[in-house]
Amino acid sequence: MSGFPILPLMLAVPAVAAIACLFVGDKMARWVALGATLVTFVLGCVMWAQFDIGGPQWQFTERADLFGRFSWALGIDGMALMLIMLSVFLMPLCILASWDAIKQRVGLYMAMFLIMETIMIGVFCAQDLLLFYIFFEAGLIPMYFIIGIWGGANRKYAAYKFFLYTLLGSVLMLVAMIAMIAEAGTTDIPTLLNYDFPVEMQTWLWLAFFASLAVKMPMWPVHTWLPDAHVQAPTAGSMILAGVLLKLGAYGFIRFMMPMFPDASAQLMWIVFGLSMIAVVYTSLVALAQSDMKKLIAYSSVAHMAIVTAGLFAFNQQGIEGALIIMLSHGVVSAALFFCVGVIYDRLHTREIDRYGGLAVNMPAYALFFMLFTMASIGLPGTSGFVGEFLSLAGIYEASSWVAFVCTTGIILGAAYMLYLYRRVVFGELTKDDVKAMPDLNAREWTIMVPLAAVALWMGVYPESFLAPMRGDVTTVVARLAPAKPAGDAHLAAGKPKAAKAHGETAHGSSHAGGVQ
Amino acid sequence: MTADLALIWPELILTIGGLITLMLGTFMGDRQVGLYQLSALLTLAAAAASVVALFGIETTVFSGTLSVDSFGGFAKLLIYAASFICIIIAPRFFNGGMRAEYPVLILFAALGMGIMASSRDLMTLYVGLELNSLAAYVLASFMRTDERSTEAGLKYFVLGALASGMLLYGISLLYGFTGTTDFAGIAKVMGGELNIGLIFGIVFVLAGLGFKISAVPFHMWTPDVYEGAPTPVTTFFASAPKVAAMALMTRVVIDAMGPAVGAWQQIIIFLALASIILGAVGAIGQKNIKRLLAYSSINNVGFMLVGLAAGTQQGVEGVLTYLLVYVVTTLGAFLVVLQLRDADGNQIESIPALAGLSQRRPGLAAAMAVFLFSLAGIPPLFGFWPKYLVFEAAVNANLVPLAVAGIVASVIGAFYYIAIIKTMYFDDKSDTEIPAGGGAIVEDAVITASALWLSVIGYLFIPVLAVVSASAAAVLF
Repeated sequence: MSGFPILPLMLAVPAVAAIACLFVGDKMARWVALGATLVTFVLGCVMWAQFDIGGPQWQFTERADLFGRFSWALGIDGMALMLIMLSVFLMPLCILASWDAIKQRVGLYMAMFLIMETIMIGVFCAQDLLLFYIFFEAGLIPMYFIIGIWGGANRKYAAYKFFLYTLLGSVLMLVAMIAMIAEAGTTDIPTLLNYDFPVEMQTWLWLAFFASLAVKMPMWPVHTWLPDAHVQAPTAGSMILAGVLLKLGAYGFIRFMMPMFPDASAQLMWIVFGLSMIAVVYTSLVALAQSDMKKLIAYSSVAHMAIVTAGLFAFNQQGIEGALIIMLSHGVVSAALFFCVGVIYDRLHTREIDRYGGLAVNMPAYALFFMLFTMASIGLPGTSGFVGEFLSLAGIYEASSWVAFVCTTGIILGAAYMLYLYRRVVFGELTKDDVKAMPDLNAREWTIMVPLAAVALWMGVYPESFLAPMRGDVTTVVARLAPAKPAGDAHLAAGKPKAAKAHGETAHGSSHAGGVQ
Repeated sequence: MTADLALIWPELILTIGGLITLMLGTFMGDRQVGLYQLSALLTLAAAAASVVALFGIETTVFSGTLSVDSFGGFAKLLIYAASFICIIIAPRFFNGGMRAEYPVLILFAALGMGIMASSRDLMTLYVGLELNSLAAYVLASFMRTDERSTEAGLKYFVLGALASGMLLYGISLLYGFTGTTDFAGIAKVMGGELNIGLIFGIVFVLAGLGFKISAVPFHMWTPDVYEGAPTPVTTFFASAPKVAAMALMTRVVIDAMGPAVGAWQQIIIFLALASIILGAVGAIGQKNIKRLLAYSSINNVGFMLVGLAAGTQQGVEGVLTYLLVYVVTTLGAFLVVLQLRDADGNQIESIPALAGLSQRRPGLAAAMAVFLFSLAGIPPLFGFWPKYLVFEAAVNANLVPLAVAGIVASVIGAFYYIAIIKTMYFDDKSDTEIPAGGGAIVEDAVITASALWLSVIGYLFIPVLAVVSASAAAVLF
């Protein structure tokens, strides 16, 4: 809150460390990267502690007119804070996850991850439209290298596909941004958030943004780059891709499309709902049929992201809060699941599900953690997944009971494919000799598993820590959408609540009241 | 008349300096590389200094045939800087085969290009263009014992002559139907009713100029000439003449044909889209890095034309910024190509031989990656910024479909740029050894400086660039 420039510092630490990594030896590069990501994480924690919940919408703002046409404007609200926390939390774990697995060109690898971290923080805290776009697109370059250099056998194809798919979407968004800047005469995001674009222009702008963000998200049918990218990327690459990069699409939805084009969002809601419904069911079924572990989790990510989009477009407090919690939860859980795959991949060098079996016998600690994350992915109460799915489905139900119905089947299917995966990998007879020889988690892997598990449980047991900073921002978005919001088919009537006990009015209750029209 | 001479110092310096360098070469012999090179470099530096000294003066000289203004000044500075670099890099490439004609020809070409950039009359336009072209034909076949080089020169000459013919035919039509060769006079007639003769004139003039900027469908010569010419000459072709021809085209379109927007705009839009798309598609499958960069230059010219098609001051500002960033990127990329030599010192031009370059020469590969990503216009590299400016100009001029089509086609272009990066970074090392080149500190310095500038640092220069390009573009409106 004081004048201390914490956001520029968080951008600078990984950037400087990235340059340093290029010039030091392999061993040193690992330590530099770990040190820098930990420092950034501590800075993030300081920022969270200093964040004034209920204070001004934009905090830690920095502004310098460095670039003439646009400015170096930074600042965060609660949503950005949470997503930055997610990024800085996952980063040190990614570095640790690649500690032994990456043996070639370690300096370059670490540099790419650190640049990635700078870019991710930059995307979430940019307050200038062009600055945002620059960070948004810049993420392609390090990810292209990470997949292409350290990926699996078919890495080149996956890297191309990732790069070109996402680039094609993004350039359309750039045209829309140019038109917006011409219309509103400013690149300042807080100003644009309250600018009323003409309704017919909104439709075009919305479609252009949608083209870009749907690919990033990814939504069906433009999700096909994701399974390839995930399967070929190194473990840490998948962790960061699933953990943070997939959140860029949803972040763009709630930061730009919904508040900036509320009328178009309401008109074209059916596209989002339609695609989300197809995605939930279709990708869940596809996941069920996979024989490659990473591909299975990649498809499950598409399904989860579809619930996020449906939740966001429910246009009410629960739906959006739930979608945001799924984003955070999926960030942690899918990163953890990819790491779980990475652990056994490092031992047996295959992702074929059938090559495993009976791991519960010789890797009990691993089996325990894998179980926890599987349950969190399914949405078992007490884990992070439950909170998000419950809230968002409650919100979706208010908007459209049919969408809620279809999305719920997706959750049932989700339980099916995750449990089926778990059964095939961890249970069963321990017959294969090479599988028998696999040792349980080592100290480094414990160090990664424990924080991930702790956060997944924390988010499941006391989600208020994560919801509180975002609540005000969600209320702002909901208020902005209210004039355009179509009537839902649920026709909820307010009940007659008994006098609330001193502590009885939970977070969900109050937001529920806000959501009912 | 004599007062006018004081306003064309850059041209005078280049003429005299060129003649002195020629004399030095003739009397001191080709062995004195350092001497005539120094003389040429000093000439260019002095010419550039005189351009800076004349900055801010907006007038015309010699009965309105030549203009002295900041638009021409901006173009000339770029042209002189690019020529400067092309002279510096030559001796190491020719490796003892350097002759004094090389810097002399570049000086005369630079003189011609300066005249192109500041001409305000169809006659001066043609004189400047031919002075540049004749020097360029000889430069293309500079390695007279090399078959590819002589072939490139001949090809360039024949097609160049054809283009000059078309241009002259267009000029004669414009003169015939307007009664004047003066840009301002032509513009006055264009403001009225357009007859078929004028439209033919516009088409032929634009076709002739399209050849010089190598816009599709007048681009056929580019890949062959770029491949065949000696690399320093290719570097030159890809940088300075592009600036001159683009500046000339802008001047003709805005100054002379300005009122007849409807007549030229669709031609420019066609040239722009065709160049972007064909430049991108043609580059896929190229195995020679110089050919590939030729297609890349066609592609980039297409983006510049998007800015020109807008026909607004904003568009011209975009074109000028684009030219600057393009020249820096191209010089950097060709300098990297120059450094690619195998153990015997032979130039490496094949793309597959670059496999694994990032492990052999990490710095060089990183610089090349910066240049290629920048040419593709991927932020945060600075190549993004001029692309943004030209598309912004197009959108603001209500050419949204052009902007959308151009920007989508830019993704095709990204494909071949990232394909080279794939070769350098993802592929296993090729058999070709590429040892570190010794000695060329200047080359390394230029590569490093331009790569750094094109990475995020360039963005800090936007305010300066905006002021300079705006004052240059304002001259035409």
